[in-house]
This record gives sequence, structure tokens and C-alpha cells, in this order.
Amino acid sequence: MDKSSKILVVDDFATMRKVIRNLLKQIGFENIAEAEDGEMALKELKSQHISFIISDWNMPNMTGLDLLKAVRADGDLCKTPFLMVTAEALQDNVVQAVKAGVDNYIVKPFTAEVLNEKITGIIAKYKK
Amino acid sequence: MNVQFINPFLEGTITVLQTMAFIVPRAGKPYLKKENRAKGDISAIIGITGSVVGSLALSFSETCIIKIVSNMLGEDIKTLNGDIKDAVGEITNMVSGVARQKLEQDGVVLKAAIPTVVTGKSHTISHVLGGPSIIIPFETDDGPFVVDICFGESNGQAHQS
Repeated sequence: MDKSSKILVVDDFATMRKVIRNLLKQIGFENIAEAEDGEMALKELKSQHISFIISDWNMPNMTGLDLLKAVRADGDLCKTPFLMVTAEALQDNVVQAVKAGVDNYIVKPFTAEVLNEKITGIIAKYKK
Repeated sequence: MNVQFINPFLEGTITVLQTMAFIVPRAGKPYLKKENRAKGDISAIIGITGSVVGSLALSFSETCIIKIVSNMLGEDIKTLNGDIKDAVGEITNMVSGVARQKLEQDGVVLKAAIPTVVTGKSHTISHVLGGPSIIIPFETDDGPFVVDICFGESNGQAHQS
């Protein structure tokens, strides 16, 4: 994965998708797709090559946790890096996400530097 | 209402606005609010349950929220549009998240619902427990906003401070 790889941003709030898109641009990622919930995200993942998923936790229809489980259960998608975005770092949630195979999580609000750090860490893990 | 709940929401509000909108709001002295009328032009309210129950609302003046969301999105927004309504919900969600994280460190575990956004001059805020609520007033260079919180014991008996 490099800076031209496509990142999928999943969040039910349009402004948050826009904020994350802006932060990604600040750290050099220009190729960005968006989805407003887990169901829409799965459609995007099936229709184009996505190299990295950044998903909110709390969403209607299909939550970020359910999306993560669906991705990890899919033979074609299971190796896609997954960063969970959450408004809280409650211990139970973190344990659930780790058990489901999340690569890392980031707590809102966050800066471009923190986002970059998380993405870089996950990419390094997949290169090993 | 237990005053233990004031600081996490005060600090959470400052953290969220500083990180997302590069604005450091100045907090005033908290006071008791007995009526439902909102203090701002646009508000979001979010229900909270757990070892206590209640609700959190953020209520912004028009000039203040336009500046905050313009900074968040890197766009010059002129009016209270859909982006602003969406952002007020998300800001309230984030403040709730940061505050609940702080409260969890003190053993108070809370869950939040999805925020509801209300706009218009003289709109009302209906807290889960009815009220009265505690107002934490804030000032920014572009106008005021308030954090409006109302919590009580989870058996339904609201405690007043």
C-alpha cells in the first residue's frame, strides 16, 4: 500500500466523512471512497479495490463492528487493513473490536498526526 | 445533580473544539437552568444511560457554530446549512464520548444514544429527566454557546445540586 492506494471512509455523519477526507489529504492520501454505513461499505468493497478501511463504530443499519466481522469473514476482503473510529474508548468496546480482528482504533476527536501514526503503524504491520 | 459530572463535560467540550476546530472556548461559571428554552440558535441533545441517566445538550449561537464548522471543514460557510446540523450532532457525540471516557476512569460507565438536532430561535430542549439542568456557559471570539446537562440516579430519582 502507498499514498495512491484507495481508502474507504465509512461514517453516517457526512461532516465527519469530510473531516476525515481532509485529514487524509493533509497526510498525502488523495484516493478516497466514502460510505455512510456498513451495508454501503460492503457494496463499495465488492465493487472496487479498497486497500484500507477507516470506519466509524456507531452507525445505523450495520455498525462498524458488524462491518469488521463481515470483512474478516469474507475470503476476498479478510486481509484488508481496518482502522476503527470511535467516540469512546470504553474497555468492553476495545475488547470486542480486538476479538473481531481490528488492526487498531482511534478515538474522536483526533488530529492528522494521530491519524497518520495509526495508518503508518497498520501498514508496517501488514508489510512484515 | 452530582457536580462530579460537570468537569468531564467541560473538559470534553474544550478538547473537541480545540482538536477539531482549532478554537479554545472560554468557560464561564456554571449555573442552574429551570426552563426548557434553549440558549442558542441550534442545539443537539443526546440521551445517556448507565449507572446514572440523563442527557447532554450543546446549544450554539449562529455566528459561533458557523465559525466552528467552517474551521472543521476548511470551508467558508455562511448560513445554518445541512453540514452545520450534521456537525452539531457529531460534536455533541464527541463531547459525550470524551466525557464518558473520563467518567469511566472514575468507575462511572455510561452509554449514549444517537443525538437529535433542533434549530430555530427560541427552540426548547427537553431533558430525559425533565430538569432542572446545569448550564456551563462558553464564550468564543465568534459568539457564545452552552453545554446543558441534566443527570440523576438510574432508578429515576433525579438529584438536584
